[in-house]
Amino acid sequence: MKIYNSLNEIRVDIRTGATSCKQLVEGYLANIETKKHLNAFVEIYAQEALVKAVEIDVKIANGTAGLLAGMVIGLKDVLCHKNHGLQAGSKILDKFQSQFNGTAVQRLIDADAIIIGRQNCDEFAMGSSNENSSFGKVLNDLDNSKVPGGSSGGSAAAVQANMCLASIGSDTGGSVRQPAAFCGVIGLKPTYSRISRYGLVAYASSFDCIGPITRSIEDAALLLEVMAGKDENDSTVSYTEVPNYVANLAFDKKAKVGYLKESFGDGVSTATKASTHQALELLRNAGHEVEEIEFPLLDYTLPAYYILTTAEASSNLSRFDGVKYGYRSPDATDLQSMYKKSRGEGFGKEVKKRIMLGTFILSAGFYDAYYSKAQKVRRLLKEETERIFQKFDFIVIPTTPNTAFKIGEHAGDPISMYLADLFTVHANLVGIPAISIPNGNDEVGMPIGLQIMTKSFGEQNLLAFSKYMMEISKN
Amino acid sequence: MNIDQQTIRGIAHLARLEFDAKDEASLLTDFNKILTWMDKLNELDTTNVAPLIHMSEEVNVLREDVAKVTLSHAEALFNAPKKDSDYIRVPKFLG
Repeated sequence: MKIYNSLNEIRVDIRTGATSCKQLVEGYLANIETKKHLNAFVEIYAQEALVKAVEIDVKIANGTAGLLAGMVIGLKDVLCHKNHGLQAGSKILDKFQSQFNGTAVQRLIDADAIIIGRQNCDEFAMGSSNENSSFGKVLNDLDNSKVPGGSSGGSAAAVQANMCLASIGSDTGGSVRQPAAFCGVIGLKPTYSRISRYGLVAYASSFDCIGPITRSIEDAALLLEVMAGKDENDSTVSYTEVPNYVANLAFDKKAKVGYLKESFGDGVSTATKASTHQALELLRNAGHEVEEIEFPLLDYTLPAYYILTTAEASSNLSRFDGVKYGYRSPDATDLQSMYKKSRGEGFGKEVKKRIMLGTFILSAGFYDAYYSKAQKVRRLLKEETERIFQKFDFIVIPTTPNTAFKIGEHAGDPISMYLADLFTVHANLVGIPAISIPNGNDEVGMPIGLQIMTKSFGEQNLLAFSKYMMEISKN
Repeated sequence: MNIDQQTIRGIAHLARLEFDAKDEASLLTDFNKILTWMDKLNELDTTNVAPLIHMSEEVNVLREDVAKVTLSHAEALFNAPKKDSDYIRVPKFLG
């Protein structure tokens, strides 16, 4: 099948009769089969997607099709999809079937998206490499000895390898943007509370965001528009009107762009520095103001992030107790051993470590020293970031310090793996929107991501500017 | 911050988790590495800074308290690992 980079391209071909939803699904299913070794999908809904495709072809012919007609998507294994399996990459949710559709998923279905399967991810979205899944690791399609990033690794690899046009992932500290960067595609983390979290498996509730992984800015804008907005099932979701993002993607202003000097610091690879430098030069040459920003708090973002997210995770994951759903150890003798054995055997190593850390951080005697302290640092970060956006429209930095690493490379040292999220956790700590767009390749051809951040609810500007950035860097 | 094996065991009990001796040892090593790394926050002066607790700008989003069936009895039981026709079953815990 021809490679499609946006729903617009697909619409043109459907209009001229060059393709149909049915042919698209058949094409993606063939690609999924060819790229099976990547382990990007944990379940494929072949028959169901074909039936749906035929239905939508009829709707298109009758002129009654929804906004997403023609779009074939995959869902990260953390999104509730009624009567379909849901495991968050974990053994503890063995055989679990969702009994309802999450809000975002319902809106995608209502807009006539075709869901082709659910995608592999790090267990409970905890990880930066997609090596921590009970379904096994996911491979990067450009180099099978390398990781696709994580935690939405299967979702990014699926878009990279044309197994679907777009994926829906989740981003708690970079889990949409970092794998998008490693796989050479686009990943958008919206403002916190822009999309309802109802029906998203919780990792850290004050950080979690659903976000699209796509091959075009138009598709990211369209998916955001469909999924965003108020919802009576999530009391934290924003009531701010959802703009018509897709209709306003032209960028004709002069922007004020700030970059962090840490973008060119010690831990950043030479190729990443060079491509970031080039992007900033392009902006300068096009007449935009580009200035270095001091952000001395950057070094504190990762420790603050890990304190707060492990604390929230330890509380959120207490619901997996072997009682109501999922895995129950056959060796339990009484109630307490049922909890301990089910959780001990059901959760993987990284998840247990984070539950332990979070439980410790929230325990009497350590709560103030760690948890309250990190919440105070979070306020400092938010205020400092708001000060930056009083002066600048965007912050531009690399998405990750390095390109995709080798499988197993960070297995021995927990902190070295955490450093892969150095530039992405900031947006989740302060709630702002951020996007990763492709920005060239390193010396061995692995993709480099450029991250653009803006103030809360500034998605319209962010998307328009990202589209502009991708156009000027192509020329 | 340095913690010992006893603390690890206490935390494991609170978290309702079990570890074998090998995992307990590697957990202790990782814990001490990570906690020392987290101690970096103490370099920042946060006197008079209020903790940031809520990230959403929405305040007190309320709705009418109307009873409705959001999950039927059958749906609620569907995923239970052990059940009878009415209830989820667990090991006996009353004498």
